Amino acid sequence: MSATDIQAGANSLRSGPDGRGRFGIFGGRFVAETLMPLLLELDGAYKAAQADPEFRRELDYYLKDYVGRPSPLWFARRMTEQLGGAKIYMKREELNHTGSHKLNNVMGQILLARRMGRTRIVAETGAGQHGVATATVCALFGMKCAIYMGATDVERQKPNVFRMRLLGAEVVPVTAGAGTLKDAMNEAMRDWVTNVHDTYFLVGTVAGPHPYPQMVRDFQSIIGVETKKQIMAAEGRLPDVIVAAIGGGSNAMGIFHPFLDDPEVRLIGVEAAGCGLDSGRTAASIERGRPGVLHGNRTYLLQDADGQITEAHSISAGLDYPGVGPEHSWLSDIGRAEYVGATDQEALDAFQLCTRTEGIIPALESAHAIAYAAKIAPGMDRDKIIVINISGRGDKDIFTVAEHLGVKL
Amino acid sequence: MSRIARRFATLRQQGRGALIPYVEACDPDFDTSLAILRGMPGAGADLIEVGVPFSDPSADGPTIQKAALRGLKGGSTMKRVLEMVAAFRAGDNETPIILMGYTNPIEAYGPERFCVDAKAAGVDGLIVVDMPPEEADLLAGPAAAAGLDIIRLVAPTTPDDRLPVVFNGASGFVYYVSITGVTGTRTASTDELAHALPRLRRATDLPIAIGFGIRTPDLAANAVRAADAAVVASALLNTLEGTLDADGKATARTVPAVLEQLRGLADAVHAVSKAVTK
Ligand SMILES: Cc1ncc(COP(=O)(O)O)c(C=O)c1O
Repeated sequence: MSATDIQAGANSLRSGPDGRGRFGIFGGRFVAETLMPLLLELDGAYKAAQADPEFRRELDYYLKDYVGRPSPLWFARRMTEQLGGAKIYMKREELNHTGSHKLNNVMGQILLARRMGRTRIVAETGAGQHGVATATVCALFGMKCAIYMGATDVERQKPNVFRMRLLGAEVVPVTAGAGTLKDAMNEAMRDWVTNVHDTYFLVGTVAGPHPYPQMVRDFQSIIGVETKKQIMAAEGRLPDVIVAAIGGGSNAMGIFHPFLDDPEVRLIGVEAAGCGLDSGRTAASIERGRPGVLHGNRTYLLQDADGQITEAHSISAGLDYPGVGPEHSWLSDIGRAEYVGATDQEALDAFQLCTRTEGIIPALESAHAIAYAAKIAPGMDRDKIIVINISGRGDKDIFTVAEHLGVKL
Repeated sequence: MSRIARRFATLRQQGRGALIPYVEACDPDFDTSLAILRGMPGAGADLIEVGVPFSDPSADGPTIQKAALRGLKGGSTMKRVLEMVAAFRAGDNETPIILMGYTNPIEAYGPERFCVDAKAAGVDGLIVVDMPPEEADLLAGPAAAAGLDIIRLVAPTTPDDRLPVVFNGASGFVYYVSITGVTGTRTASTDELAHALPRLRRATDLPIAIGFGIRTPDLAANAVRAADAAVVASALLNTLEGTLDADGKATARTVPAVLEQLRGLADAVHAVSKAVTK
């Protein structure tokens, strides 16, 4: 979409996916035949939109005046001082309308859905941030909207459920499985296959069948494109490290992608280690999973020896997913990005650190990225630079955090 | 000639359509599902689909989802599924068995080893729900080498110009997903079928089975009037579910109830006389 993408040459790490929607062995289109013609149509419509300057102009208009872009790159002075090492910058995606990076992607896809003549939107959501963003644009454009959300997540993200309903969306709790994001994704796919004639499936992360991983990444890449300009303006050079939380991987892919061809920039994705990487209660698909096929793509998955998908666990509903976007699986295999874990407890500690030192209440998802940055910053020289992607704000999480702190609200 | 081709050739000579019932492996336990499988040919099954339980059956409705979960609880693994087919094959060398499932358990088993072991167990064909022609290379080589048919799914959304893509590499028969939706929900109307079948016939000489939403003997008979075979899954699984005790265990009624329903469906299908062809 951006000029930099168009310049990406054959040797660039930014030229994927290939014609089959693959990043190395990952990605693809593993869907029922009923959906295959729709994916081919979507691919064609997306390519046409990319080639149309009017689409870019329209998207830019909404990104600026509705979403509120560009988001600032904030120098976190007190956190930097407290940690006593590398300089910490925060990319403030929590300042977007609806409170997270999710709207970047949703804005792009809703404009595409409108171009394709669709009148009804379905989406899956974990933390509810993608659901809220989707319900928001459906209100903006007067479209019907059904949001599938695991019953467990409905319970732990009550404020977002109410927000979605206020916005006019139908929120459908999913009781299958553990009632989390994976089950919501299954149910959203079932709705789509049933209502193909008028319905657009608005995927919320860089997963699912091709072209979703590519399309969502492209729409989220605005995060990295801005970060690059902003850090050059502030420091006159690129950062040493970029850290982002990984659920499906969209906020991370968005900030990583414009830096893939800058090998001096370390890219670190922080998965939810849950109760610990080796506790058996984790959502760290890359670190503890094996390649497999789920939800339309081949990627790292938490699964048993028989290929049955196992339940993920994380305190953070937005990271509680047993898979990850295929491009991350590829970046991990080729060694361009590193994937690490932060536990529930580390995220809770980082949540409080950020709140107290910067006056920014981060989403529990983003707190995983902060936790890892806080771990490595003290060991780095003071002239080094870390950028943390603050993917969302934490208002939605105060009930969960209160419970863990033993506070009754 | 494969078992599947042979079976359809015989049916054509007799001027009959086929009934293809579905049984989920290990639902609710290995022995019960094997007893149902063994009883199916006697109750009128012409071919049989054996469901391979998967944790995330995203193309299936609530009935098959529950059956898959019961199967997993009942100890299903790919190895157990193949053992079940082998046990059936020891007593029936004629009725074709088609495994129906999702990509990941096959990928986890290893596609090559899977095809070899499936063939050795007596499997004849594979339906992999989430493997469209675009991803079929994962299994095409190993399945051809082992002599397994790859049954392709075709949907109402498949446009005419895509039919050659879908049928390229198909063998055995073609499975027409007669509605846009998940299993066990809506039923295609006679009009919809009358429109769809000629479109498919122009693009393939393979026998055509119709599935999704066939619940009653009448609907099954309707399907074989339009096509060559009717697949019935959710209706049988609903019956099975209704016979389970409070803990989800099989009872004395489980096997007979499923087979009795199957007999009714088969009688209706076999009462339809079709043009005899060679
Ligand atoms: C604030 C926030 N950050 C991160 C995520 C994780 O998603 P992704 O990895 O796609 O950015 C979510 C998902 O709900 C979220 O709400």
